[in-house]
Amino acid sequence: MQFMLLFSRQGKLRLQKWYVPLSDKERKKISRDLVQTILARKPKMCSFLEWRDLKIVYKRYASLYFCCAVEDQDNELITLEIIHRYVELLDKYFGSVCELDIIFNFEKAYFILDEFLLGGEAQETSKKNVLKAIEQADLLQEFNIGTFKEIKIFLLGEI
Amino acid sequence: MALKIVKGSIDRMFDKNLQDLVRGIRNHKEDEAKYISTCIDEIKQELKQDNIAVKANAVCKLTYLQMLGYDVSWAAFNIVEVMSSSKFTYKRIGYLAASQCFHESTDVIMLTTNQIRKDLSSPNQYDTGVALTGLSCFVTPDLARDLANDIMTLMSHTKPYIRKKAVLIMYKVFLKYPESLRPAFPRLKEKLEDPDPGVQSAAVNVICELARRNPKNYLSLAPLFFKLMTSSTNNWVLIKIIKLFGALTPLEPRLGKKLIEPLTNLIHSTSAMSLLYECVNTVYIDVNTPPLPSLSLSLCLYLSLPPQLCVQKLRILIEDSDQNLKYLGLLAMSKILKTHPKSVQSHKDLILQCLDDKDESIRLRALDLLYGMVSKKNLMEIVKKLMLHVDKAEGTTYRDELLTKIIDICSQSNYQYITNFEWYISILVELTRLEGTRHGHLIASQMLDVAIRVKAIRGFAVAQMATLLDNAHLLTGNMQRMGICEVLYAAAWICGEFSEHLENPMQTLEAMLRPKVATLPGHIQAVYVQNAAKLFATVLKSQEGNTDSTAAQETSQLMIDRLPLFVQSANLEVQERASCILQLVKYIQKLQQKDVEVAEEVSALFAGELNPVAPKAQKKVPVPEGLDLDSWINEPPSESESEDEQPKAIFAKEEPKHSRPRREEVDEKELAKRREARKQEQANNPFYIKASPSSQKVYQEAPGVEHIPVVQIDLSVPLKVPGLPMSDQYVKLEEERRQKERAEKKKKEKKKRKEKRSGRGKKHDSGPESEEDITPAHQVDIVTEEMPEKSSKHKKKKQKKEKEEKEKKKKKKHHHHHHHSDGGGEEAVQNGTVEEEEPLPVSVFFCFLPLTKVYDIQGNLQDGSQVVVSVIFENKCDSFLKSMEFNVLDSLNSKLQRPEGSGPHDGLTVPFQLPPGVSNEARFVFTVQSIIMPQKLKGTLTFIVKDSSTHEKLDFKLHFTCTSYLITTPCYSDAFAKLLESGDLKCSSVRLEGVNMPFHHLLARICFHHHFSVVERIDSCASMYSRSIQGHHVCLLVKVSAQTVSIDAKCDEPTLLGNVLDEIKQTFSQC
Repeated sequence: MQFMLLFSRQGKLRLQKWYVPLSDKERKKISRDLVQTILARKPKMCSFLEWRDLKIVYKRYASLYFCCAVEDQDNELITLEIIHRYVELLDKYFGSVCELDIIFNFEKAYFILDEFLLGGEAQETSKKNVLKAIEQADLLQEFNIGTFKEIKIFLLGEI
Repeated sequence: MALKIVKGSIDRMFDKNLQDLVRGIRNHKEDEAKYISTCIDEIKQELKQDNIAVKANAVCKLTYLQMLGYDVSWAAFNIVEVMSSSKFTYKRIGYLAASQCFHESTDVIMLTTNQIRKDLSSPNQYDTGVALTGLSCFVTPDLARDLANDIMTLMSHTKPYIRKKAVLIMYKVFLKYPESLRPAFPRLKEKLEDPDPGVQSAAVNVICELARRNPKNYLSLAPLFFKLMTSSTNNWVLIKIIKLFGALTPLEPRLGKKLIEPLTNLIHSTSAMSLLYECVNTVYIDVNTPPLPSLSLSLCLYLSLPPQLCVQKLRILIEDSDQNLKYLGLLAMSKILKTHPKSVQSHKDLILQCLDDKDESIRLRALDLLYGMVSKKNLMEIVKKLMLHVDKAEGTTYRDELLTKIIDICSQSNYQYITNFEWYISILVELTRLEGTRHGHLIASQMLDVAIRVKAIRGFAVAQMATLLDNAHLLTGNMQRMGICEVLYAAAWICGEFSEHLENPMQTLEAMLRPKVATLPGHIQAVYVQNAAKLFATVLKSQEGNTDSTAAQETSQLMIDRLPLFVQSANLEVQERASCILQLVKYIQKLQQKDVEVAEEVSALFAGELNPVAPKAQKKVPVPEGLDLDSWINEPPSESESEDEQPKAIFAKEEPKHSRPRREEVDEKELAKRREARKQEQANNPFYIKASPSSQKVYQEAPGVEHIPVVQIDLSVPLKVPGLPMSDQYVKLEEERRQKERAEKKKKEKKKRKEKRSGRGKKHDSGPESEEDITPAHQVDIVTEEMPEKSSKHKKKKQKKEKEEKEKKKKKKHHHHHHHSDGGGEEAVQNGTVEEEEPLPVSVFFCFLPLTKVYDIQGNLQDGSQVVVSVIFENKCDSFLKSMEFNVLDSLNSKLQRPEGSGPHDGLTVPFQLPPGVSNEARFVFTVQSIIMPQKLKGTLTFIVKDSSTHEKLDFKLHFTCTSYLITTPCYSDAFAKLLESGDLKCSSVRLEGVNMPFHHLLARICFHHHFSVVERIDSCASMYSRSIQGHHVCLLVKVSAQTVSIDAKCDEPTLLGNVLDEIKQTFSQC
């Protein structure tokens, strides 16, 4: 997989993950072009399109478009499956996920994606394992945030 | 006071986290950019704080802003700071920011190496995990090199969570730092059998990706993967393994045999469409398509799964209600079409159904497929279906796409699949009724192409076009249809050019001169006007035959009435043509009033047919005798006068010009290459008419226009169809025609069978008729390309020429060998433009009996002190000569070069023997120190006469004249002038009395015998130049008055000059 984009129906980018080294300028251009192309497609159309020398696989969930770019030999159906898997993971993690969850917790969305895909390849096909890894990592973090809050209260109280 | 400041800053420190930022941006929809710029200022402040929590918060916000498209590269160092925090919370944010913002050109990446290494070896697996994830996004060649070992160690980590990530990231490392592949490979292979399925799948992933790039190296893993394939139930892994086998099988066809069973099982059993699709796609398509077509054949055999199975499975996909499967099915089908067209063609119905799909991308895919599926048999049917869709289609883009596809399908490979052109014309005419198409031009060009090339169809085409012209108002009715009015261009031209086929030319003429025409675009009006004139000629011809002459006069009057409208046109072309034709018609009218018959002459204006001409046709027209295409019509002006005049004055006779066109110089290979490329191009060009062997004709070798090859074609179908036909009726007609043909064939076959009772003849059953059985009703005119025999002749000619040229070159090189034969050297050809490297001849020779020896002395330019003497030995006696030895008594100045180790008085063996009457050449090298003086060297030649076995000896002298050290070197007049002005040269002069020869002979003689070249010549005065092998310049100024020749000479070596002048004097005293 070359990259993954999440964007809203209004064309606002919600998440982007690039697995190929590209300059910021190129990334911007590509995402702008793609968002336009996909938004222009009719709802009944199929999920695949050929774009430059890549195959684009996209799917719309509620108000969000999930879009992946894969190489010519890659399997479109499995890419679609990856998108679906990711949505399921988000759903499980946030509990019936909506666009706002991803906006306000965009770093979490990234963390989940990173546990699921690595370098553009699926690293864990078991949903359970992905969620377990995220939860455990979060535990570490929650603990940190907890202590951090304590310090804050402590500091303010002191002064 | 101080406390308050601290408190305030701490408050602010925490008052805006990521959520606040997002909320703030959402609340400032109006002035988002301004709000964000204040946020960035705040972030900059926060980054200046020492508190890592504040910094991490700021970096997190920056990551969000980066996604919105803001440049955050300035904060790269702060990101590194956050990455190196010991707290997982911050580290995680830091690595996320880095993976989003860093790329290869980010220079702070260099600073991260040690931090990443530390994190990789962290006891906390999530620290390691986060570092690996980040690294996968921003790994650079340097990082890959430095960290390859650490990651390799992690591949054997105790936790599968880390192993999995480490294996996957190795792929990125291999890409950036390929040297790491070799040491890491054994461990990677090991991971294929890892107990953890996640790690295993990661290893399969990596090896599959690697094998895609270079399958050869992974053949040895095939058994392992085979085991995995039969044991694994994970579809993700299976897909990757199948992909891998897709890459491996072309290299090892035997693999295919082993794969049959598991693959067939998978195809039949799997419920996962993605896996099925992968099986079908990879194994049948990727492997079957070139670059390995021969292998693909064997693969099919091995797999013993006929393409039908694959196509059937695809049919299931296409029939599925899911758009995605439908799309992919069609996509895969179009790939199979290339290798197995037959098996796809049977699913025509399904693909036609897809044209009804609500998804445009599916319809377009289906159209693409149809293009490849048409045959003579089904073309009409498919196009009929498409025409229905054209009518139904909504949206001009799709309709235009349909239109172009219809035309593409029909016209592909030179109208190969069209059996009835009347049908095609009707289709084109029907297409003109499309609303708002942009492709009027395309339709028009098809009409013209067909009408011009298919002669038999012209009558029909003209009738159709006349109807179009008559109903032009339908096409130009509203502005939306402007695109389609292009077809009127074609209609007008066809009606005019082929007006003899018109049934009612008067009516058409009238239609073409309607006032409404003036609203058409200029270029169409121009064609109208011109073709109205053609029609006028036809009409006059038919009317003049009648007894009533008023009709003809009325026609002229019509023209005179209507044309002024066009004369006023704003378009120049229209205006010009209209006024020309108006004047012409007025003149005709005048003649008509005097009862003069004009029709003949008027139609003579447009006599002759416009034929399609092949690009090479000109070649077939022989060049008339006496016409030399290579000779100058007008001599090109020379660059400088002197150059142009003088050499010609001397050499004009001897040196014929060889100003052949450049083209001929192109070597044979290059030509063949170009021809091949052109053929390729023509094959791909649907508009190029290719030669077909069936229609070739032998042309007579007669000069003139008749010689341009155009093939005449007869046709077997009645042409008259009244009115505007619907293309559908042709489908029926065609059916009938074919049936009739089939019936006839059957009859014939039956007869045959009866005649031949053996029954072993060809059994063409009445079953499905094959492509070849369908004979076209019309044929396309074929303009043949170059005829083969002609081209071969051409080739021969060229080869011959090349040979000649080579020979000439040879002659040049060995020029000096011929010199011995002449006494009056002035007739010999002196090569004035020899390149400097070429050694030059010297012309001193002696004859011996019974042995002739002729020698030439050549200065060697590479080495100013070496002279090569080539000696020709000719045996003039009747005995065989052998063991010849050549020896020269060295002087102080000149020495014969002997092989190393031989004494200074040893002779050199001549490397050949001489039978009687034979001559041969040997070369000897002399070292000369000073060249300013002429020299004579004494030498001997010893040899044995075979019959008598006696030693014989010949004494000879080698005369090294000073001129023999000179080399003809061209010099331009300006360089010559500069040389004279330089003042480095010493003067000397000589006078020759009683020389009685033309001036140019004199110059030629100096040039030939003394190796000068003429720099400039004015009347009876010439300047000449030469150069010695040691680089002395010798300049001469030769003047003639009466019989006296005075030579003023300059040279930087006076002794040499004196000797050269003496030698020149001697040359002229001999004559």
